Amino acid sequence: MKRVQISRSGIVSALLAATAAMTIAANAASAETLKIGLMGVLSGPQAVLGQQVNNGFMLGVKHAGGKLGGLETEVIVQDDELKPDVAIGKVKQLLERDKVQFVVGPTFSNLLLAIHKPVTEANTFLISPNAGTSNYAGKQCNPFFFVTSYQNDQVHEVLGKYAQDKGYKRVFLMTPNYQAGKDSMAGFKRHFKGEVVDEVLTPLGQLDFSAELARVASLKPDALFTFMPGGMGINLVKQYRQAGLADTIPFLSAFTVDESTLPAQQDAALGLFGGMTWAPNLDNPANKTFVADYMKEYGTVPGSYAMQGYDAAQLIDSAVKATGGKLDNKDALREALKKADFKSPRGAFKFNNNGFPIQDFYLVKAAKRPDGKYQTEIVQKIFSDYGDVYAKDCPAK
Amino acid sequence: MSGLFIVQLLNGLQLGVLLFLIAAGLTLVFGVMNFINLAHGVQYMLGAYLAVMFYGYTGHFLVAVLLALVATLLFGLLLETVIFRRLYARDHLDQLLATFGIILFLNEAVKTVWGAAPLSLPIPELLSGSVPLAPGLNYPVYRFAIIGSGFVVGAALYAVVNHTRIGMLIRAGAHNAPMVSALGVDIGRLFMLVFAFGAMLAGFAGIMVAPVFSVEPGMGDSVLILAFVVIVIGGIGSIRGAFFGALLVGVIDTLGRSFMVDLLRIGVSTGQARAVAPALSSMLIYVIMAVILAMRPEGLFPVKGRQG
Repeated sequence: MKRVQISRSGIVSALLAATAAMTIAANAASAETLKIGLMGVLSGPQAVLGQQVNNGFMLGVKHAGGKLGGLETEVIVQDDELKPDVAIGKVKQLLERDKVQFVVGPTFSNLLLAIHKPVTEANTFLISPNAGTSNYAGKQCNPFFFVTSYQNDQVHEVLGKYAQDKGYKRVFLMTPNYQAGKDSMAGFKRHFKGEVVDEVLTPLGQLDFSAELARVASLKPDALFTFMPGGMGINLVKQYRQAGLADTIPFLSAFTVDESTLPAQQDAALGLFGGMTWAPNLDNPANKTFVADYMKEYGTVPGSYAMQGYDAAQLIDSAVKATGGKLDNKDALREALKKADFKSPRGAFKFNNNGFPIQDFYLVKAAKRPDGKYQTEIVQKIFSDYGDVYAKDCPAK
Repeated sequence: MSGLFIVQLLNGLQLGVLLFLIAAGLTLVFGVMNFINLAHGVQYMLGAYLAVMFYGYTGHFLVAVLLALVATLLFGLLLETVIFRRLYARDHLDQLLATFGIILFLNEAVKTVWGAAPLSLPIPELLSGSVPLAPGLNYPVYRFAIIGSGFVVGAALYAVVNHTRIGMLIRAGAHNAPMVSALGVDIGRLFMLVFAFGAMLAGFAGIMVAPVFSVEPGMGDSVLILAFVVIVIGGIGSIRGAFFGALLVGVIDTLGRSFMVDLLRIGVSTGQARAVAPALSSMLIYVIMAVILAMRPEGLFPVKGRQG
């Protein structure tokens, strides 16, 4: 038994050495071209989020004149199909066949768990433009991992803090019945100290919320907090408005009312609240340029996903530029990445020791634009220079 | 509490009516032609998309509904003529594979034509607003309209199937299709008609929910499973079974989701009840299906003398 284990670990280390050798050889060979693997969900109902990230990223590349950090840039786009096994296969292709120096992705948190290890173990930088799970923010933080969005909990915390500050006493919580839904409730309760009148976990993908909304109406809470991404959020918002609740019970939400769902929610969403690091109307020059150019290029209002994709491109641009295009020097690249030395549409932010941003968070509200399209707009700042609660467990300094 | 119970009962009825519209076509096609059509849910999705599209062109709800109904009927005819006709004689595995392929193809096709982003249809002015049923408990008028239209369709179907010549042929077909054919009825035409009509009913369900649910690729896949549960409970090939099976599933599912926590609280702590209730209430209809299948394998309202 012992001998078997030894020989197996021997094979593994030989493989690892071979992979490392291949990576080094590849880097030496392709020093003039910057190769980036862009991976997200591009098929199925959630494709609209991955598409926003990609659009934002490609706009960032375009703003850099097609040359991130002054280097000839090749972006290889992959669809992870929202399936972990597919994602692992494609990320290995990116690493071993295409020999990319950066992987930008994925869109969804469950996919991050699949690709984080293969990418970081190949000593390749993984820039997540959206997914920010708690496990990689704490003990398992990694020097090759950077996040241009947020730690997932923080968005839910925004609404909890707002409910607490606003003096709400009784709040009704409703999220889908899976890990992210339970994390959402925990995040909300981190700052909310009032009474939770009921917690409802609905099946993932539920279409009709009439039963739950009748319960909300009968309990008459001070506010509803919910996290219903994608199609679920569209159904919930329309039905919330139709049940006549939108005008009587404040609707506090995370990832439920944003630029990806507003085109379908339309007037039903007006006045409903969300939490985010940014909104299209955030007043700074970098954001004005970003929103105007995005709309010119793609014809839709960018959401936070697009902004985070855009910043992933800007982040790579700034770091490669700072190191003078030396892609082999990973330590120098890491130091440059950490500085986040670029003009983000969300305003200046810096990276925490765990590779997640320390940044401002806002309460946002759905509104109609003068051109008839819909967007979220800043209501008030909830957190300033806010880092996540897991960073203290990260051994990196 | 009684006000809440009535609202939940209405919600259950509404879900049931929706399931009935989808299951009616499914059960006819399965019952009469012995054909398993997994792509039935796709026709529901197409109904919703077509309604959104025609609303975009005309700006009028009723016109959009009528045009979408015609379009789903035509699309049903097209699918039947081009593809399904070739599958009736094949075994069930071939039918499953082929119709599953159609799901994949049409889901992606819808995304290519209308985009991946979800769409929506506004509620017509006349049916917007809500009715107060109890203090603080309003029920949307549009949902009453869904319930009403479902009952009208149910009654019409009942009349057609039980009191017309074509209905008699359909019943006879469900009973013993080769015999009907031997008696000189053009069974091919009958099949085509039943199929296209079933597709239109599913499309009608999609049209009716477009203002309430988000219209997105793959929206038909989840309702299809429930529709199969309905026809298995109700008895394959039976319109009456589909109707009562759908209402049963709709009401039990809704009441389970609403009151399971309160029910469990009698026995266990609130925290435990909250943890267990979502799982239990999602299982509920499948448990009931299993019980019914164990007691009455042919369903609650079987077609008499149906040849397996």
